[in-house]
Amino acid sequence: MTSSTVTAEARPNRFLVARRSGVGPYLFILALTVVMYFVLGPKQFVNALTIGAIYALVALGYTMVYGIIELINFAHGDVFMVGSFVSLFVLTNILGATGPAPDLATIVYQLVVTFALTMSVVGVLGVTIERFAYRPLRNAPRLAPLITAIGISFILQNVVQLIYGPSPINTPQVIPPSARVDIAGVSIGWINIFIIVTAISLMFGLQLFVSRTKVGRAMRSTASDREAASLMGVDINRTIAITFLIGSALAGAAGVVQGLYFGNITSALGFQSGLKAFTAAVLGGIGNITGAAIGGFMIGFVEVTAANFGFFVWAQAAVFMILIVTLVFRPSGLFGQQLGERA
Amino acid sequence: MTAERMIGDVVLELRDVQTYYGKIHALQGITAEVRAGEIVTLIGSNGAGKTTTLKTISGLLHPRSGSVHFEGRDVSRTSAHRLVRDGISHAPEGRRIFSRLTVLENLQMGGYTQSSKDVAANIEHVFELFPRLQERSGQKGGTLSGGEQQMLAIGRALMTRPKVLLLDEPSLGLSPILIQQIFGIIREINAQGTTILLVEQNASQALDVADRGYVLQTGRVILSDDAKVLAANDDVRRAYLGEI
Repeated sequence: MTSSTVTAEARPNRFLVARRSGVGPYLFILALTVVMYFVLGPKQFVNALTIGAIYALVALGYTMVYGIIELINFAHGDVFMVGSFVSLFVLTNILGATGPAPDLATIVYQLVVTFALTMSVVGVLGVTIERFAYRPLRNAPRLAPLITAIGISFILQNVVQLIYGPSPINTPQVIPPSARVDIAGVSIGWINIFIIVTAISLMFGLQLFVSRTKVGRAMRSTASDREAASLMGVDINRTIAITFLIGSALAGAAGVVQGLYFGNITSALGFQSGLKAFTAAVLGGIGNITGAAIGGFMIGFVEVTAANFGFFVWAQAAVFMILIVTLVFRPSGLFGQQLGERA
Repeated sequence: MTAERMIGDVVLELRDVQTYYGKIHALQGITAEVRAGEIVTLIGSNGAGKTTTLKTISGLLHPRSGSVHFEGRDVSRTSAHRLVRDGISHAPEGRRIFSRLTVLENLQMGGYTQSSKDVAANIEHVFELFPRLQERSGQKGGTLSGGEQQMLAIGRALMTRPKVLLLDEPSLGLSPILIQQIFGIIREINAQGTTILLVEQNASQALDVADRGYVLQTGRVILSDDAKVLAANDDVRRAYLGEI
């Protein structure tokens, strides 16, 4: 066949292509970051990045699950909360840590073990929830799995309360908060650097996994068209399970970080921070991995800014204002798909 | 038709297949067979059960009674993602391109069950068949024109070098000149040794390219014969070829 005759068909709209990969949102975020640096000052700026990193890690799970099965997994915040308690258990009951570790080797050892165990346990928890709570409802009306997710959220919260009680519990801060380093005249905690670097590495790893590997491609095609993906030979159940495994493991990592940074955790964490992470996912454009990561950092900025100017009690309200404003004016989020399923 | 075409044994057989969509009795006992090397077409009006038949063969749906046999093996209960490995490829109705994946990634998905070495070779093969796809390989599937999407859908289904290719309405929504091209491609694919089961609204084109045909009506086979005989049949001409 000759390819020239095909040009008789309508040409794809270049605008759609360009708008999709537009630099607008990135410029907006860059500008916002610079403004934030001067508004907050270096110290609070680093604090906001750290808190934002935690939200971002949790937001990834929301967005991945929504991307692949269009479920707002309201239990995800509680999976993160369980992660913080699993890391507490690993640190105190398995490793016997009570506070800052005495030397670097111990710190590395304790962190590696805690991250590995917590991420594995929480990853498996996520897969289990999907297998028994969501998979049977996969072809049910959308409301059914949504309500189930809320139910799972209550179950996780209450089980943790049953074991650890409702009050906040102190966690060992393996990296001493007093350990600081001077960068360009600004004293920054090693813990902040550790958290930001860890979170960003995990996000880049995820991005590479999803965009470059065969399994990642299978995930994206399942998200795009489940039936067509199965016609390509993709095992849909397995792919969805892998998505839950990764999303939950990242929430587990966020749980570890939460304990390390704040020094205490509570069973209400899933509800409080979980909803903020959800907001981050919506802000970034639910279903979009880059968007969720950036949304997380933005929520961190909003919260720290509010607190910094003496409106700490309003910090949560500010976050939810953003949720509402996003849903009203730009429901697809900053990085949402502008392009329809078929051009 | 090229002279070297060889029609072999039955590769695909449907025995009194009954498939339901929930409570809707979509297939009410379809019996049909496809021999290796053939082009067989299913024609019929909307809702006759053509698409449902293809979905039942490829494992997207399972028959409630009756059975589907592929190379002599009962595959009625085998899921779609396994049948791809066995050699059945299904290019579904509406093309179903992964719109957010590039053309190249769509083809790589088509070769999901293949080794990376085979994927590279098969992409070459698809690009030979559809040079236009090579020009567009970095572009997102959703930005292609309808004709290009149909080429991608067929190319993607060919990535596994299937024994049987199921094509559902490949001419839907295309201009007459593109329809001619697509049917030319279907002949070419078949000449290279792929058995084809073709579902079409465009009955005259389908019967022109096919060896044999089945006429479906409300989930039943009402006629089956050589394509030429069907094309000359008065009832078929009246009902499906638009002649009064």
